[in-house]
Amino acid sequence: MIQLENIHRYFQVGEQTVHALNGIDLKIDAGEYVSVMGPSGSGKSTLLNIIALLDRPSSGRYLLNCRDVTELDDNTLANIRRDNIGFVFQFFHLIPRLTAAENIEMPMILAGIDPRERRHRVSQALAAVGLSDRAKHRPDQLSGGQRQRVAIARATIMRPGVLLADEPTGNLDRASGISIMQLLEELNRRNMTLIVITHDRELGSRASRSLQMLDGEIVL
Amino acid sequence: MRSIDVLHQAARAVASQPLRALLILLAMSIGVTSVSVLTALGESACRYIVHEFEALGTHLLIVLPGRTETTGGQPPLFGETPRDLTLDDAAALLKSRFIEAVAPINIGSAPVSTGGLERKTNIIGSTAALQQVRHLSIAQGRFLPRMEADQSAPVCVIGQTIREELFGRRQALGKWLRINDRRFRVIGILASEGQSIGVDFDELVIVPVASAQALFDTSSLFRILLQAKSKRAMYAAVDDIRSIIRSRHEGEDDVTIITQDSVVSTFDNILTALTLTVASIAGISLAVAGVLVMNVMLVSVAQRSSEIGLLKALGATRVQLCWLFLTEAALLSVAGALTGLLLGQAAIGVLQLLYPGFPLALPDWALFAALAVATGTGLLFGVIPALIAAGKDPIQALARH
Repeated sequence: MIQLENIHRYFQVGEQTVHALNGIDLKIDAGEYVSVMGPSGSGKSTLLNIIALLDRPSSGRYLLNCRDVTELDDNTLANIRRDNIGFVFQFFHLIPRLTAAENIEMPMILAGIDPRERRHRVSQALAAVGLSDRAKHRPDQLSGGQRQRVAIARATIMRPGVLLADEPTGNLDRASGISIMQLLEELNRRNMTLIVITHDRELGSRASRSLQMLDGEIVL
Repeated sequence: MRSIDVLHQAARAVASQPLRALLILLAMSIGVTSVSVLTALGESACRYIVHEFEALGTHLLIVLPGRTETTGGQPPLFGETPRDLTLDDAAALLKSRFIEAVAPINIGSAPVSTGGLERKTNIIGSTAALQQVRHLSIAQGRFLPRMEADQSAPVCVIGQTIREELFGRRQALGKWLRINDRRFRVIGILASEGQSIGVDFDELVIVPVASAQALFDTSSLFRILLQAKSKRAMYAAVDDIRSIIRSRHEGEDDVTIITQDSVVSTFDNILTALTLTVASIAGISLAVAGVLVMNVMLVSVAQRSSEIGLLKALGATRVQLCWLFLTEAALLSVAGALTGLLLGQAAIGVLQLLYPGFPLALPDWALFAALAVATGTGLLFGVIPALIAAGKDPIQALARH
């Protein structure tokens, strides 16, 4: 489903060229549960951004669902991202003025889905993350764990094939962190490809496949 | 993305920052208010003056002796002295089939007295046709009788001020007046007209033109007022007047002809230009409001950086982001423009209360123009922030918290 072939990514920082990704070859099948670990600056986030189509590789080829997405224009990428990739962030990134339900609804609004269908799917998603009674609450009225649940509901509302989680528990206490991981793994069991970036060894080891990164390369 | 959703999301974003919304609303509405009030003032002044001119008469032509343009040559040798207009000229003009009525005018100043009271005032000599040509109305009695223009008669028609000052509460009709050394009987009193472009009919005494010529010892006319048969006949009448005068003045049409609509349209043009100038100056405040819209939107884009990054990560395209922010700017400007129009109408209403004699109203075109310009300004100045928002790099935008 995800196939990276000899991906390089350079950044120009002043006079220096930083080699963030250095010849990444990676194949992830549908329904896999992969964790990506490594120290800061090892290229984890760059890899995730490239997989999420937020960033373009400097060289190499990226096939998503057997389609070469390396050379597509911004609008096409935005649409592919919307329909195929769900994103969960360390800092939740909910829109503060919108309620939980409206935050979850946002990807469907961007996709131009009919409002009745939207309402139906939002209430289903809220139920799935156990927040039906918080639909009208704004993010600042929710706990960290609840916010991340809203973010997960939003990430999955378009029924994407891939769910990318960047330090999903990094901003949560241990108990909420574990319950968030359980929720993500539950989604993975229903055949959603799950890629988790984490510093946390224990968390990383829960995945069926664990990748270790160092200096822009996958070392394990 | 559905347009209704774009609108809804933009409205939510506007509502979430009430202070920002209020500021833009204020700036925009001040701009629109000043544009609409000043346009209304200009337009109304224009209409007022045009109305005044139209009240002079319908299809009015004025013939003055002498030409406005000069012909060459040294004055003593080749320069021409214009021939005077005479009563015969006036009578000849009436033969044109395009001319309905001719009123020769003679004007002068003389003391008017009765019963020991005396005042100096303007005396107009004319014929019965003057009433028709200048739309004069009579309060009491009747206007000058129809008779040959070269016949004099000891009768006069007086204005309201003259009646009050010379007769007070006494009956004026039928009484005798003395103008210079001649006696005239008052046969009519004009209804109060007020000031009407240069001539105050309330302070006037009107006598038969031949009597006035005798009073001022002259055989020439001050001017001739004519009424054309229709608006279209006016231009044919101008040609007729020229050829008639030419045949009577030894081949020279040494007169100046002023048509009423040329005067009206000249004033109309000048005042419209003035109105547009004033409105444009007021429009500068709209431009300032536009810059404020841009400023506030730029701050908003910077503040909502992570939101923009998020929307991109969720699959928003550049065009969608552009529309979202542009719609916000448009909503703010439209709201400001509508508020401004309301304030403008209120200001016009207050002015109307203060100056009831001056009819003040904002023309429809100005209403729509103010709305369109305000919205256009908002959109124009909203484009740059929207483009900046749409062009943001999602990774950097998301990295900032």
